[in-house]
Amino acid sequence: MDNSHSRGIRPPLPMQFGSNKVDKIIVGLKRVVDYNVRVQVKSDGSGVETDGVKMSINPFDEIALEEALRIRERGEASEVVAVSIGSSEAQQQLRTGLAMGADRAILVKTDEGLDGLVVARIFKALVEREGADLVLLGKQAIDDDSSVMGQMLAAIWDRPQATFASEVVIDGNTARVTREVDAGLETIEVDLPAVITADLRLNEPRYVKLPDIMKAKKKPLDEVSLDDLGVQAELQIKETSFEPPADRQRGIVVDDVAGLVSALKDKGLV
Amino acid sequence: MAKILIIAEHDGTSLNPVTGKCVTCAAGIDGAEIDVLVLADAAGDVAAEAARIDGVRCVLTAERAENANAVAALQAPQVVALADGYSHVLGPSTTFGKDLMPRVAALLDVNQVSDIMSVEGAYSFKRPIYAGNAVASVEAPADKTLVATVRTASYQAPANDNSAAIEAADCAVELPSHTRFIGAQSGDSDRPDLQTAARVVAGGRALGSEENFELLNKLADALGAGIGSSRAAVDAGYIAPETQIGQTGKIIAPDLYIAVGISGAIQHITGIKDAGTIVAINKDAEAPIFEVADIGLVADLFAVLPELTDALS
Repeated sequence: MDNSHSRGIRPPLPMQFGSNKVDKIIVGLKRVVDYNVRVQVKSDGSGVETDGVKMSINPFDEIALEEALRIRERGEASEVVAVSIGSSEAQQQLRTGLAMGADRAILVKTDEGLDGLVVARIFKALVEREGADLVLLGKQAIDDDSSVMGQMLAAIWDRPQATFASEVVIDGNTARVTREVDAGLETIEVDLPAVITADLRLNEPRYVKLPDIMKAKKKPLDEVSLDDLGVQAELQIKETSFEPPADRQRGIVVDDVAGLVSALKDKGLV
Repeated sequence: MAKILIIAEHDGTSLNPVTGKCVTCAAGIDGAEIDVLVLADAAGDVAAEAARIDGVRCVLTAERAENANAVAALQAPQVVALADGYSHVLGPSTTFGKDLMPRVAALLDVNQVSDIMSVEGAYSFKRPIYAGNAVASVEAPADKTLVATVRTASYQAPANDNSAAIEAADCAVELPSHTRFIGAQSGDSDRPDLQTAARVVAGGRALGSEENFELLNKLADALGAGIGSSRAAVDAGYIAPETQIGQTGKIIAPDLYIAVGISGAIQHITGIKDAGTIVAINKDAEAPIFEVADIGLVADLFAVLPELTDALS
């Protein structure tokens, strides 16, 4: 397979207009089963039950959008473009994004199954089309929990990645990002354009108010197809079946600390 | 035969035990021949540790000054250069591996299998989705490099009786300058690491304040345990984010896990379900944590924590 396009190290792309400001931020909004829903595996193992289930913006993507809006509101960016990929139903999530404050939205309309690499290719095509300087994404989607797309986009775009961000400071043509890592916090500096993925502590997303929902109806929401972007939805990894997780059995209940200590001793744990 | 390259996680001086757990996972693939790659500015001690892991054929070292405090954008091109000839490239599903491996995968023009919890075949695996509410069986193409992260809580640490060969690898690829490490701030380093600790005590929002977490610290001291937390406790500002356990935090598998004042949302449970024994202390008898607890104590944590600490000291 030809992957020469992604292996070479190329010089950084020039900033749009050479200004000291980020011109355009692209934010990804994935439509996912709501955080509060406890999904059930279908009895035939063909998937999880999503019929009639509440759908929402992936919570990490909402944090990414909030960060993009704050960057724009500080005068450090001109435009925030919200992007979703999927069926027409994903318009709901884009309208919510517009109501939060995104300037416009793009729905990449497809009914095909997608995976991290295909989605990264879609975003790369959009980034090139739009000339974005910054892509803000959630660190993971709470449906497939893969946590790969931002890193893959950065790789094939040949640009920096700052994953699991808990603080983002834009300074001219660079961003200083504090990352939540297993050992604590790590700070890196990246040249823009770059991909940043949001962790939980980056910010608390704003609530959408009714007048904003009305205003959002007038904002542009464009649709493009995979063909328009020249991307094919070839999946390399297939999900063949699904099953519920192995259950842990409910154990014993003890009355007091003495009972707890003796139960721990019985198990040889203390 | 599967030729497997495992990317070692380390802090510059010692090997993170999750690396060994990746070896255990890889050993489940038929005909596995396992090499470990150490990217470092000076690999000596870390490579020596990796060479002791049972099941490792060879430890490769890629020593470059840029590999001190390296970031994924600099590590990935080296891994890609050295991945040639390997059928599988694996890393741990920690923040290190989650950052690096997808970048490696995309540079190799393949998708990634995230969080392997079970090996079903050389190219078929099981992985958790929806916060562990479902398990997906996945199949990857056998004619491409398989890049994956390993859910290390699903695997035991291997023995350390080996003396594998250590070889210097040629990693003279050009590295980008667009990403620079500035600094790191670690948490409480006196405590055992959450992801490898044999015992973990964790507190939830019911602790009520940062000061009250001192009660939990004392219990942890008595047990020599690591300290964890629920998202609610971190959101409330009682404890540092790196202690958060669950879907979006750490996935752990200690022998003993004691949840104090944690209600047990599914997002939390997914991070502890591989623990040997789960103990729950909560004053709400209906809390979902009791559905998975091996030993439950319905009680006011403020009343029982000092007593428990005394009893175990």
